[in-house]
Amino acid sequence: MKEIRGRVWKYGDDINTDVIFPGKYTYTITNPEEMARHALEDLDPSFAKNVKKGDIIVAGKNFGCGSSREQAATCIKYAGVSAVVAKSFSRIFFRNAINQGLPVIQCEKAVDRISNGEEIEIDFEKGELHCKEGKFYFSALPKFLLAILEDGGLIPHVKRSLFSHHLHIL
Amino acid sequence: MGMTFAQKILASKAKKRVVQPDEIVEVSPDVVMSHDNTAAIIGIFNEIGAKRVLKPNKPVIVLDHCVPAANEKYAANHKRIREFTREQDIHNFYDINTGICHQVLPEKGYVLPGKLIVGSDSHTTTYGAFGAFATGIGRSETAVIWATDEIWFRCPRTIKINVKGKFKKGVYAKDLALHIIGTLGADGALYRAIEYSGETVKDMEISERMTLCNMSVEMGAKIGYVEPDEKTVEWLSRRTKEKYEIVKSDPDAEYERIIDFDVTDLEPQIACPHTVDNVKMVKEVQGKKIDQAFIGTCVNGRLDDLRIAASILKGKKIAKTVRLIVIPASMEIYLGAIREGIIEDLVRAGAVVLNPGCGPCLGAHEGVLAPGEVCLSTANRNFKGRMGCREAYIYLASPATVAASALTGEITDPRGYL
Repeated sequence: MKEIRGRVWKYGDDINTDVIFPGKYTYTITNPEEMARHALEDLDPSFAKNVKKGDIIVAGKNFGCGSSREQAATCIKYAGVSAVVAKSFSRIFFRNAINQGLPVIQCEKAVDRISNGEEIEIDFEKGELHCKEGKFYFSALPKFLLAILEDGGLIPHVKRSLFSHHLHIL
Repeated sequence: MGMTFAQKILASKAKKRVVQPDEIVEVSPDVVMSHDNTAAIIGIFNEIGAKRVLKPNKPVIVLDHCVPAANEKYAANHKRIREFTREQDIHNFYDINTGICHQVLPEKGYVLPGKLIVGSDSHTTTYGAFGAFATGIGRSETAVIWATDEIWFRCPRTIKINVKGKFKKGVYAKDLALHIIGTLGADGALYRAIEYSGETVKDMEISERMTLCNMSVEMGAKIGYVEPDEKTVEWLSRRTKEKYEIVKSDPDAEYERIIDFDVTDLEPQIACPHTVDNVKMVKEVQGKKIDQAFIGTCVNGRLDDLRIAASILKGKKIAKTVRLIVIPASMEIYLGAIREGIIEDLVRAGAVVLNPGCGPCLGAHEGVLAPGEVCLSTANRNFKGRMGCREAYIYLASPATVAASALTGEITDPRGYL
């Protein structure tokens, strides 16, 4: 997970969890592959049909605001998205994304310089984002969160540690 | 330098003398709330490989999001939750005949000053009205808390919102909450704790403080908080015998921002489609036709709210072009409303009164919208698709504004109807 490269789906500010994964599905769809078919359904119906493995979502401020539904992160991850870059994230979405093993990068300066459809590169360890208009830096996540991402999410992370020693998530 | 409420609580729970803003700590929550999504959490819990809930007295589970079950899938989820609570000796379980989690937990005495409460629901911030540190988390981390009794938190910076002035007739805490969100924006308090203070908050009833704290998450806040006072203590004395310690910010605590609001000239407010911070004065959108009016939810389904609605609707009939749905937030409130004759007044006026629960707020059942329809609701969210249809339009306002608008069939300033 050191570096990724992907095509950009660009969206605006305050993208909420209802448009990412509608509430009407929250208790009826449990299979993550099926969740992925409804990803961003009420924001951009073309997304789920055309998204390719490795694509990157780039959005404005407060991405993932609204409900605590974890499926908002799950559906994006299972749609094949390799990372979400935003000016800022809603706090519950941020937690859910890490817990689902979906990298989230806060890089305010880069967002307005990235265009829909372009290819960008992200180096997680160096904290660098390369796009057509140049190179931007972001703060790397704390080590314990990177460890959760490396393990593919909170559940695999906890499974690894739970039965070896007494668990500390940090 | 003193500490804010958020710093103090996290320091105490992490067994540290001091916790600074942005510091990450590991804590054991006092209460772990979940609702219908408990079924999914059970699945994750099993996936971890954990056999027993480590502290079975900590989960509080309330079925509220789709009650009674609307279809086989919901029914199977509910069944699984009932079985699990029995297997795991989780006694703090409330079935479909109780109400909305955010109303039920305070009523049943789980929400006390100084407690650290997590819930797999974003509106868990409601409990800050009682001086608890309460915030929403995801499903996976809820399952992990069941297994390990641990979760990490980053200590938030704190914004203090000082409110002064007396509300004019027809203007309520909901109008203030919408006004604050409209002013600060949907990310205006992102990752922050909000402390509500000032004479106006002090004058508020507990139910109104709950409305403020509930809506805090609509500006991105991690918690909302009102310093407990004699009203809090009195309210809690009817709910629990458990001892608690009131935790307050130090007088010299450091706030990131202090923002002043004066409600003296505040007019009825309304959030327009499709974001909660798209707030206008009701008079600016007066006359917009509505198809459905909805009074209820964890923001405004309390007895005070139903009383206000009934005072406007009693002896009158709602417009023929409008459907009015009323859902008391809990069975206790429902019974209170029956005793006071409120339910009869509402039903005679043309309301459909449904059993306590979340109802159509999240678009699962009991009044989802059709394409092109407009709903005026007392809920906390108006996102596209929220009430089950992406081509529908949701406006948010106080129970008074919703009740007055149900009478006229169009968005109406309630002040002429009180």
